[in-house]
Amino acid sequence: MAALIRMIAQRLALGVLTLFIVSVVIFFATELLPGDLASTLLGQAATPETVAALRRQLGLDLPAPVRYWNWLTGALQGDFGVSLANRRPIADLIAARLGNTIFLALYAAALAVPLALILGILAALWRNSVFDRAANAGALTAISFPEFFVAYILVLWLAQSGYFPSMVRISPVSTFGEKLYMAFLPALTLTLVVTAHMMRMTRAAIINLMAQPYIEMARLKGMSPLRIVLRHALPNALAPIINVIAINLAYLITGVVVVEVVFVYPGLGQLMVDSVSKRDIAVVQAIALIFASAYVLLNLTADVLSTLTNPRLMSKG
Amino acid sequence: MTGEVLLEIRNLVIEGRAGEEWSRILRGVNLTLHRGEVVGLIGESGAGKSTLGLAAMGFARDGCRISAGSIRFDGIDLRTASERVKRGLRGKRIAYVAQSAAASFNPSHKLIDQYAEAPVTHGVMSRAQAEKDAVALYERLRLPNPEEIGFRYPHQVSGGQLQRAMTAMAMACRPDLIIFDEPTTALDVTTQIEVLAAIRDAVRAFDTAAIYITHDLAVVAQMADRITILLRGEEVEENDTRAMLAAPRAAYTKTLWAVRRFQRADQPPPREAPLLSVRKVSASYGKKPVLHDVSFDLYPGRTLAVVGESGSGKSTVARVITGLLPPSAGEVMLEGASLPPDYRARTRDQLRQCQMIYQMADTALNPKLTLRQIIGRPAAMYLGLRGRALEARIRALLEMIELDPDSFIDRLPSELSGGQKQRIGIARALAAEPKVIICDEVTSALDQIVQEGILRLLDKLQSELGLAYMFITHDLATVRAIADDVVVMQHGRVVEQGTKPEVFTPPHQPYTELLLSSVPRMDPDWLTNLLAARAASD
Repeated sequence: MAALIRMIAQRLALGVLTLFIVSVVIFFATELLPGDLASTLLGQAATPETVAALRRQLGLDLPAPVRYWNWLTGALQGDFGVSLANRRPIADLIAARLGNTIFLALYAAALAVPLALILGILAALWRNSVFDRAANAGALTAISFPEFFVAYILVLWLAQSGYFPSMVRISPVSTFGEKLYMAFLPALTLTLVVTAHMMRMTRAAIINLMAQPYIEMARLKGMSPLRIVLRHALPNALAPIINVIAINLAYLITGVVVVEVVFVYPGLGQLMVDSVSKRDIAVVQAIALIFASAYVLLNLTADVLSTLTNPRLMSKG
Repeated sequence: MTGEVLLEIRNLVIEGRAGEEWSRILRGVNLTLHRGEVVGLIGESGAGKSTLGLAAMGFARDGCRISAGSIRFDGIDLRTASERVKRGLRGKRIAYVAQSAAASFNPSHKLIDQYAEAPVTHGVMSRAQAEKDAVALYERLRLPNPEEIGFRYPHQVSGGQLQRAMTAMAMACRPDLIIFDEPTTALDVTTQIEVLAAIRDAVRAFDTAAIYITHDLAVVAQMADRITILLRGEEVEENDTRAMLAAPRAAYTKTLWAVRRFQRADQPPPREAPLLSVRKVSASYGKKPVLHDVSFDLYPGRTLAVVGESGSGKSTVARVITGLLPPSAGEVMLEGASLPPDYRARTRDQLRQCQMIYQMADTALNPKLTLRQIIGRPAAMYLGLRGRALEARIRALLEMIELDPDSFIDRLPSELSGGQKQRIGIARALAAEPKVIICDEVTSALDQIVQEGILRLLDKLQSELGLAYMFITHDLATVRAIADDVVVMQHGRVVEQGTKPEVFTPPHQPYTELLLSSVPRMDPDWLTNLLAARAASD
């Protein structure tokens, strides 16, 4: 147990270091973007004097390292500054959106993870059967189409016929049931996109183990095929499966830009796209940092869970 | 011993698939087993022993099929029985003990969970009853801490203990028949004795019938009432153990008896200075010390056998000599000059002088390279050979290891037998023209007849080239066959060293005595007498 805590502390420290490096990259990468916010904001009214005045007001005249430092210390306290475009605090802008994005990610994960695990386990159990081939072919087809295409197909089938809304109008007063109903199509799109990867890893990880002597031993003890897969193969296959699930969960949070735009879903991805087009660099930076944190945190969780599933690692030290 | 017939196998043919072809693994084998009887199944690898053992459970491995003959277990035809019926028998009435307990226990579950699985799933007893029963069986098999050992994971238990825990697991439902598939082959001799004694005692106590599969005649002589000898899927000879040991009939059986014919001629004592000296070497893995103050010398043209059980540090000495593990104290001298402790600091010529041959030829050869590339690389790297000179050298080396260059030079390792692969390992070591070759358990993965061929080849090369061998092994029969000098190691220390006659002639050090007395003999009463003698001296 002490070893586990030490490992978590170590990974957390590494995660913080990673985030620090990411923050440097984000800040200075956005610095390199062409164009100047002050002149964009002023548009027609941009004279050299007004631009200089606005730059001073926005703090854009300070040297980059100073601005980076101010930004970082602010971000650490949850203060990402104000939106350069509409002067509202970025933290407020993001808070509601972040909740929506996490809701959609969890919704899609709640559909996709059990589906992928069950399909993967059954495909491994009946490998090379018609079911196995159909599941593989279906999952690969779903992953091969671009997300927006899947999304529009679903809109065509399920929204045109009036079963589900094609635009997600979630407001703070929506009930949980309403949210589930309205967000069904984006969640289904995401499910179709991420299931294949997790399912195929589950199947491969289990089949990889089926030649192990302890699997033969279980067969020679008269155990049923389902029990062999669930009790003898799956526990040893969990580490790679957990890692793939973590990567896909991170994708559900950070990779949903296209799906959010198609369904007009009020999440972080859409906000990011808007902010990029408005050159609202401060918002882009904040969102990028949140996305990076999601990746780091989910991978840390995956590492810890994989360790927990392995008694050899658990009892060491 | 002449109770009712429990298992009857008639004209059994099992085929295995290689690509598109089906080839016969068993070619019409008969086997009859009575209740409470132990039959020994002997043969080299590939003889079909395990296939026959598994067939007794109505089981054929993936890629194999039972194509003719009958298997009747207690009136049930296992060839026609449904999977359901067979599942009901397996683990309950017929159980299996595998060769490698470490690989055959599931690493994710505690021993007790794996023990209780069969009795609970087959509805023989409740989980609580199974746990109680397990403790009694663990005790009967003389496992330490029987109350508590079941609550450990497989990786927390030693190999010999795991093998006994697996026997306990097989006995959980008190089966009528247990298949033991080489249960002690992977164990040290001293551990083997404990496991053999425990298995024999438990099998007798519950009057269980057993099929005991092994390639070691001396082991089976201790365990079996009758012996069946298999060669390439066919029965060669079958008889009562004592009758067969006294008078083997078939020619093949006689060759098995005489397999330890090879005996290296005694060498005169060394006159030259030592070629390689290990001086007061201590070494550790991390903080864990593994070698303490180890010293010995290796002379040109002589073979030094380093003997000890697993964990005694014998392979670690080889790692120190080759510079893979720099020692924490002491040094290694080559021809009187100190070698840098780390291989990265050694010159190419120093590296060339000392080559290794490994235990698992399978994993020590790159499967994607042809023999020309495998043997040619050290010759090109150390000696700078190119073009025609290199080709000639590779061919000469293949001839030295008695493989025809024309037919072998472009083959891949997968196109070779186990013994041929080990010969390639030897050729690769020779290609560097070394003075010292370290052989790390080079024969222990091979059948006895193949082993003999490798030992003869090594001996021939030694007298032709004046090589010094350091031969790491746990097999004392190999030591008797090839060693000039012997170093006995235990717990990282040298407990005895000297010339072979000195070490093998009584009086012995206590540990050497234990090792020597633990080597099974062809006498069926050997184990009984040894256990009685040890009990008396305690």
